Amino acid sequence: MSETNWPLYEVFLRPRDGLAHKHVGSLHASDDAMALQNARDVYTRRGEAMSIWVVPSKAIIASDPGDADTLLDPATRDRKPYRHPTFYDIPDEVGHM
Amino acid sequence: MYTQSLSLDKSAAPTAPEDAIYAGRFQAKVDAEHKVEPNDWMPEAYRKTLVRQISQHAHSEIIGMQPEGNWITRAPSLRRKLQLLAKVQDEAGHGLYLYSAAETLGTAREEMDDQLLTGKAKYSSIFNYPTPTWADIGAIGWLVDGAAIMNQIPLCRCSYGPYARAMILICKEESFHQRQGYEIMMTLSTGTPAQKAMAQDALNRWWWPSIMMFGPHDKDSQHSDTSMKWKIKRFSNDDLRQKFIDATVPQAEFLGLKIPDPALKFNTTTKHWETGPIDWDEFWRVVKGDGPCNKERMASKRSAHADGEWVREAALAHAEKERTRRRAAPHRLA
Repeated sequence: MSETNWPLYEVFLRPRDGLAHKHVGSLHASDDAMALQNARDVYTRRGEAMSIWVVPSKAIIASDPGDADTLLDPATRDRKPYRHPTFYDIPDEVGHM
Repeated sequence: MYTQSLSLDKSAAPTAPEDAIYAGRFQAKVDAEHKVEPNDWMPEAYRKTLVRQISQHAHSEIIGMQPEGNWITRAPSLRRKLQLLAKVQDEAGHGLYLYSAAETLGTAREEMDDQLLTGKAKYSSIFNYPTPTWADIGAIGWLVDGAAIMNQIPLCRCSYGPYARAMILICKEESFHQRQGYEIMMTLSTGTPAQKAMAQDALNRWWWPSIMMFGPHDKDSQHSDTSMKWKIKRFSNDDLRQKFIDATVPQAEFLGLKIPDPALKFNTTTKHWETGPIDWDEFWRVVKGDGPCNKERMASKRSAHADGEWVREAALAHAEKERTRRRAAPHRLA
């Protein structure tokens, strides 16, 4: 086994123009160029992408699932229903709004 | 491609009192069919079971390239060669999707490689059988990939998000594998008597190992309950095996080939095909290392790993040199 391991990259694909890139998995590569090449070989063998992003995994700053109750839960539909259009009753006679 | 239900962790019981609270919440979440994601709290045994199952599955994909790779240079036509190359390339891809999913559980890729190379981790024992004829490529696609698909479709709904997502990618690609295998069998079965005999011989050799891929009978598979409770596994070994047999027997009939089981009969009451007894001694012999190709498969894997070491080191040295150069002359394009 090599003493230093190849770094981990996360792979994002944009299936078509007009859509956003979406995370599909990860891979190991010695550098950015190889990461892109490997992403092409591993994740796009059937024309799955119009564009590839690779990002060093350690560059991703993620929220902690343990904080979800305080960080994200206050914005859910149950807690703040008035942020959603269906909260408001508009009579049918008014028509589409 | 191939999981094989062998052993799961026994230590499912939570140890500390706070763990019991978390474990309760965890189970409620799984029961509600919510997915578990990488950084969520999960019982240690759940994590361990998944790492073992996913890495074993990944190793199987990687070792599985060997029996089929054996025929790439000798495929009977350019069309068949292209298909086989694409299929073997898919197996490599499947291995990598799965390693990627296992790594989200905190086990480094190198550690998994190491476990395979030292023999600590298992791979599906189906790959310890040889591929002496071209018909074996047909039989592997039809039967081995067919059995794998039966196993894998329920895994697309596995409670662990990254594993389920990897399985969705894999299942999409696996269908091509089975169909190309069956097409090879059709071509041989409608060919010369010698070609048909070759197809029959391949079926004779792959039938029993394929139905053993589903693992031991339910009554002998003691750890399945935990996996079911955690929704890693959704159907029992015997249920999946039965589905595979019921699907495959008519396919063999269509080919005009005979399933090598004199006891095989259709039960008109249950509407299922019933097979004769499975030789589990053979299964365990192959699992424990005494199959026809266990030594060869491991030797090839080890030498590929050792022979590639200088490449891995050189690539890192090159990356480091490029970084140094860029630091020295930042305006220069990489």
